[in-house]
Amino acid sequence: MMLFKVASRSIFRNTRRSLTTMLTIAIGTAATLIFGAYATFTFLGIETSSVQRFGHLTVYRDGYFDFGSGNPAIWGIPQYKTVLRDITTDPVLSRLMVIATPIQSLAGIVESSQSNESRTFLGTGFVPADRERMKQWNEHGTASRGENGPAFDPSNPSEGILGLGLARILGLCAPLKLGNCPKLPAGAPSDGAVSTDVAGLPAQNFSDLVSRDAPSGLVRAHDYPRVDLLAATAGGAPNVVSLQVRQAEAQGVRELDDVYVGMQLPLAQQLVYGRGEHRVTGIVIQLHRTEDMNAARERLAAIFASHHLALEVRDFAELNPFYTQVVNLFSGIFSFISVIIGVVILFTVSNAMGMSVIERTDEIGTTRALGVRRSGIRGQFLLEGAMLGVLGATIGVILALIAAYFVNRAGISYVPPAQAEPVPLRLYMFGAPLRIAEVWLTLTVVATLAALLPANRAAKLQIVDALRHV
Amino acid sequence: MSDKVVQLANVTKDYQVGAERVHAVRGITLSIPAQRFTMIVGPSGSGKTTLLNLIGCIDAPSSGEVEISGRDVGHLSDSAVSDFRAEKIGFIFQSFSLIPVLSAYENIEYPLLLTGVSAKERRRATLAMLEAVGLTAQKRQRPNELSGGQKQRVAIARALVKRPAIVLADEPTANLDSQTGASIIALMRRMQTESKTTFIFASHDDHLISHADEIFTIRDGKLIESARA
Repeated sequence: MMLFKVASRSIFRNTRRSLTTMLTIAIGTAATLIFGAYATFTFLGIETSSVQRFGHLTVYRDGYFDFGSGNPAIWGIPQYKTVLRDITTDPVLSRLMVIATPIQSLAGIVESSQSNESRTFLGTGFVPADRERMKQWNEHGTASRGENGPAFDPSNPSEGILGLGLARILGLCAPLKLGNCPKLPAGAPSDGAVSTDVAGLPAQNFSDLVSRDAPSGLVRAHDYPRVDLLAATAGGAPNVVSLQVRQAEAQGVRELDDVYVGMQLPLAQQLVYGRGEHRVTGIVIQLHRTEDMNAARERLAAIFASHHLALEVRDFAELNPFYTQVVNLFSGIFSFISVIIGVVILFTVSNAMGMSVIERTDEIGTTRALGVRRSGIRGQFLLEGAMLGVLGATIGVILALIAAYFVNRAGISYVPPAQAEPVPLRLYMFGAPLRIAEVWLTLTVVATLAALLPANRAAKLQIVDALRHV
Repeated sequence: MSDKVVQLANVTKDYQVGAERVHAVRGITLSIPAQRFTMIVGPSGSGKTTLLNLIGCIDAPSSGEVEISGRDVGHLSDSAVSDFRAEKIGFIFQSFSLIPVLSAYENIEYPLLLTGVSAKERRRATLAMLEAVGLTAQKRQRPNELSGGQKQRVAIARALVKRPAIVLADEPTANLDSQTGASIIALMRRMQTESKTTFIFASHDDHLISHADEIFTIRDGKLIESARA
């Protein structure tokens, strides 16, 4: 108790120095926490965006992930409805899952019949209702994608969406009433109709092929702008369908935005499989909680093994390497900042305690003469370092919480990495008490360790020399 | 147990000051009986303080035997010597050396905490010592709020509160005016009589010397005279 009393009073003996030291620790703590909160918000935002888009897990035919993306048509999961039923009726998975839904990936050429512009595309066929449900996933409250897609007409499987960039390239800004759509510069080069991309194809408009090949009732006349999609079927034959563009959606990543075509699953299957067996390239599984991912993965492996299914499971981080890259980047920056702040605190506290030892040399001699052991002297200075750390880190936590409170209510919005829509900027502080505790504890330990060297110096002082010190 | 509370046998203490080796104490042998008011006198630089430090176990001899309160302290570990000092030896310093962040009460209580005395007994003993040195009214004041004489009274109370075998005082009146010094000497004499503790002083103060039961005179690190009053 006396040790605590002496330590607590001693740190305020030189008030200005102690306040400066504590302020350094406080600012360091607050900076670390605020950056950590921002980084966590970014991680969770990208996670939310990825899970909304790709689900937590996707089931593919074994080998698709490594070899199949070049020709997804031949990597379809046969009898996928049976697999889907096995997944959705499993008692363990059904408890963990929000939804399991099939998707079909495809690639080909898209042409606008209005502008006669064309280019290659990457497409996904999905079940619109499932897609909208997946977009509601928001486990962490980051709300990274607030915009719902169009409500597709369930009786019209030809309705779909384009990436914003692709819509612009295809000259659909006006028909889709897109805002902020740049105008084509005067004198820009033009290659006319489909000439280079599909030079090898018969010289006729896709629309003619669409009208010739489309099954009756699949394509309906509508006011929405129309594009035609050309792709190779699983059997290698060219196939064409028409897509009525309901909306253009920004995709977050420019490369995807310029090539993305989203369509309803039946249309994608019609394009890829024609009149053959309709398969899917993947079954997307979205869970209630990300932390259940490993459990769900293990369960899926068990189901596939018991049914002798040659299927593989990939998680959203594997499908979206950008997530891992951002996590690694921010983690690296966070570690770097933490180390720098730790070193600053180390030197500041060490310097303050070193000065204190010099100023109190006579007192150290006196207490040693009274019978305090070397360990007692060491303990006292370590305690003083720890108290500086505790006070400074506590003030820092309070500052960070106050900053987070105001930032979260300031209405600031920004577009996070790999996302298309602006989101409210939030510091993920209040939902991460463990990180607050970790930073508080770490910097308190750093402050304590910083006092170790001066404390040892104090403990090793010869009593007679200390008593002679003026 | 021997009635000699301090026994030095052929004790030497050398210091290295730069390239020069200083022989501060040269083969001193002496015994100090218990419950005496003992003075160590001699000119400046004669080795008084060094001898006091050796007796107080805050310095180790270069050679020879130092036995305090029946215990050979020369072979104890640093921690054991610290514990021994905490229990057996009280100090009164020329510059008072009170802990500045503690009140008069807390300064006096401090040595009792080192020996594990119960809170109740600490309080009783501390208040008794404050009353004995006439500082009950100043018990909450910190050293910077006390006069020189009051500080030295606190130092005396701190040295005696644990009832040590020996109290060592190095020039205890050097920083006090003559009137205050006289009152401090009277207080120490009274306290020594009441507590029957051995007081050992190093001093030039003639007034203090006149109260001594026994006087050891040293010069150039050697004991040249031992006289009983």
